Amino acid sequence: MPNKLKIQYFALLREQRGLDEETVETKAATAEQLYEELVQKHGFGLPTSSLKVAVNDDFADWNAPLNDGDNVVFIPPVAGG
Amino acid sequence: MSTSPAFSISGDPLEPDKLKRHLLDSHAGALATFEGWVRNHNEGEAVDRLEYSSYPALANKEGQRIVAEAFEKFEIDAAIAQHRVGLLEIGEIAVWVGVSAAHRGAAFDACRYIIEEIKARVPIWKKEYYSRGATDWVNCHQAT
Repeated sequence: MPNKLKIQYFALLREQRGLDEETVETKAATAEQLYEELVQKHGFGLPTSSLKVAVNDDFADWNAPLNDGDNVVFIPPVAGG
Repeated sequence: MSTSPAFSISGDPLEPDKLKRHLLDSHAGALATFEGWVRNHNEGEAVDRLEYSSYPALANKEGQRIVAEAFEKFEIDAAIAQHRVGLLEIGEIAVWVGVSAAHRGAAFDACRYIIEEIKARVPIWKKEYYSRGATDWVNCHQAT
């Protein structure tokens, strides 16, 4: 069964995707697999090595399993201050 | 003492005088503050203005964690930090941090800790608008 996930986009990824958020159905088991899938689809330019990932509004491990209904955010390099 | 959150994101101009009021404490003998200003250049490029955006749900959590850590690491009485989002002009305040403590050492150290950790960890992004017309998300190394 594929999971239905909500993905929110910020900063450069938002510009590259042209969307704030979307819902996707995916068989990706982890955030890393999900990002690779989205790179294939949308051509995102940032590698996972320069990103962090958050699941349900908290930092998560790239290899943690994804569950149906999760909210996933890929976090480009931060630049506050 | 105030009930304001220790860290917050603001779409409106920051008001140091108001923020400072949250730090008044009769036990405190020192107040250290830091203001981050929008400057007109970065890495040799002339900059006209900046745009900050954030992932508010996580930015607020991470900011609160950082202030809580400052309380654990340093002998301080009160601390508050606020970060601006939206379009900012040259000279505007992008971030404000204030810490009060019994002694100046802890106030300086905690203030520096909070701003350094905000810059490293809080999901806030900066887009520069250059005088030559281009824009770029800082740290993403990708001209648009």
